[in-house]
Amino acid sequence: MPLTEAALPADQQQGQDYLWTLNFGPQHPATHTTLRLVLKLDGERVVEAVPDVGYLHSGFEKIGEHLDFNQYVTVTDRMNYISPMANNVAWHHAVEKLIGIELTPRCQYIRVIISELARISDHLLSTGAIGLDVGAFTFFLYAFYQREKLYDIFETLCGARFTNSYTRVGGLMYDMTPLVIEKIRTFLKEFPKTLDDMERLLNRNRIFVDRTKNVGLLSKTEATNRSCTGPVARASGVTRDLRKDEPYLCYEDFDFQVCCARAGDSFARYYVRMAEMRESLKIVQQATENLPSGPVDIGVDQRATLPDKGQVYNTIEGTITHFELVMANRGLEVPSEEIYAAIEAPNGELGFYVAGDGSNVAYRARCRPPSFIHFAAFPYLIKGHTLSDVVAVLGSLNIIAAELDR
Amino acid sequence: MADASVTDRIKQRFPEARADEFRGQSRIVVPAANLEEALTLAHGELGFDLLVDITCVDYLHFREARNRYGLVYLLVNTTTNDRLTLRVMLDEPQLTVPSAVPLWEGANWMEREVWDMFGIRFDGHPDLRRILLPEEFESHPLRKDYPLQGRGERHNFPVIARGEA
Repeated sequence: MPLTEAALPADQQQGQDYLWTLNFGPQHPATHTTLRLVLKLDGERVVEAVPDVGYLHSGFEKIGEHLDFNQYVTVTDRMNYISPMANNVAWHHAVEKLIGIELTPRCQYIRVIISELARISDHLLSTGAIGLDVGAFTFFLYAFYQREKLYDIFETLCGARFTNSYTRVGGLMYDMTPLVIEKIRTFLKEFPKTLDDMERLLNRNRIFVDRTKNVGLLSKTEATNRSCTGPVARASGVTRDLRKDEPYLCYEDFDFQVCCARAGDSFARYYVRMAEMRESLKIVQQATENLPSGPVDIGVDQRATLPDKGQVYNTIEGTITHFELVMANRGLEVPSEEIYAAIEAPNGELGFYVAGDGSNVAYRARCRPPSFIHFAAFPYLIKGHTLSDVVAVLGSLNIIAAELDR
Repeated sequence: MADASVTDRIKQRFPEARADEFRGQSRIVVPAANLEEALTLAHGELGFDLLVDITCVDYLHFREARNRYGLVYLLVNTTTNDRLTLRVMLDEPQLTVPSAVPLWEGANWMEREVWDMFGIRFDGHPDLRRILLPEEFESHPLRKDYPLQGRGERHNFPVIARGEA
């Protein structure tokens, strides 16, 4: 018997709410991170979902007004901690645009390599997690094993596995060593095999397809209207990809495709992410094989990047630049201007709106978090689906609570 | 990056608007009274269908700033890939602007965040509640007169024990 108000005894009907409320999270294994949903259910059907966010709010934007441009990169690591490298690149991309720094070709290539590796690592987690949530545990383990390899690459590159803080204003923390390139080459060789296995496991898996097809439908116009970007929008047929549409760094040099789907359901979002990993591999392959030689940091005469110790101790320009940047009453020369610059992060458009006031601390450091904007669309996507679909939609949006709440 | 014709067309409509460009980004400051019309114009005729972000800057300690708040709308035309930064300057006590939710559904949470962090009200917003901070919070922490380490709100929050919840 359907549970409706009319089904209740007459004396209970008046003003009686026949819907029942379910609290989902903030501590729930399927939310993966700390987020909370209040679901109004009619039997198993979700009538209304009210997200309650802010459990992980730690005032990152306020901290951004007190840390200098190089220090703040450590905070951006903790936003989307699944792909911290992409956040590092996004932050310094905005800062360098504000100051007006042109990067060296080698630095641009290395930044492309690390942001594409970060994209693979992010997509591995988000597709792995949706697999885990709908019951494909093996798939998740396949994905996580390869993420481990990526962490090894990052560790060899900069000494940190999770919180990399690899970029600096006008350069990078370290140059890429031959050992890193060797590890990347091994990864490029071995990863496609796992990717094939992963696709064979789920792409035509009846349980997985039934759970995700036609769930959480987002049309093309709705995707744009709700400010969705990245794989979420591309799965709905929006062809926008900042790597192609507003080429930053050196993305113009590479041959790759923008992956899109038309369906706009959870399966399409999973599928676009899987396809994007192959394209990222293509970019990493081209970038590592054509890595230009030369310095990674911009010249000492530009007074923006801390010179390495050899330069500081052995050249007068190095000593002066080091002094100029480190002394408290000196530092970077930043115009009193405001700028917005964005990159195509794994999750969508990740941009920073940075206002400078002449000092080397941002006057305002606004982050445009894709998770926040995608989670806003969640109540619309889940309406009318069943309770078990909540995790299938949530997983396909890839909500990272640290980025959601900042 | 938006060509000059976009900002010219907004200026034609609102002669008081000030347009400029910085590192290839076109920006325009419209008077607060014209905000709703300007957004409608951008969304409709000029085809800025993607609202990237709404944010705010508090100019309390900014050198030579004449207004207290600058509300920023970052818009993209997905057909031509033009970007436009539309700004409006606000001063106390007139901190209410019309909501952009009727034009872009995505404005919903962005406006809630601006209200939460800066205390700017959006007239016509369907559900203007705090979003990141708890309902009982009274200040707007991204304002420049709010200290980095807070004002002790944390101590004033009631502690709920497991049995009472």
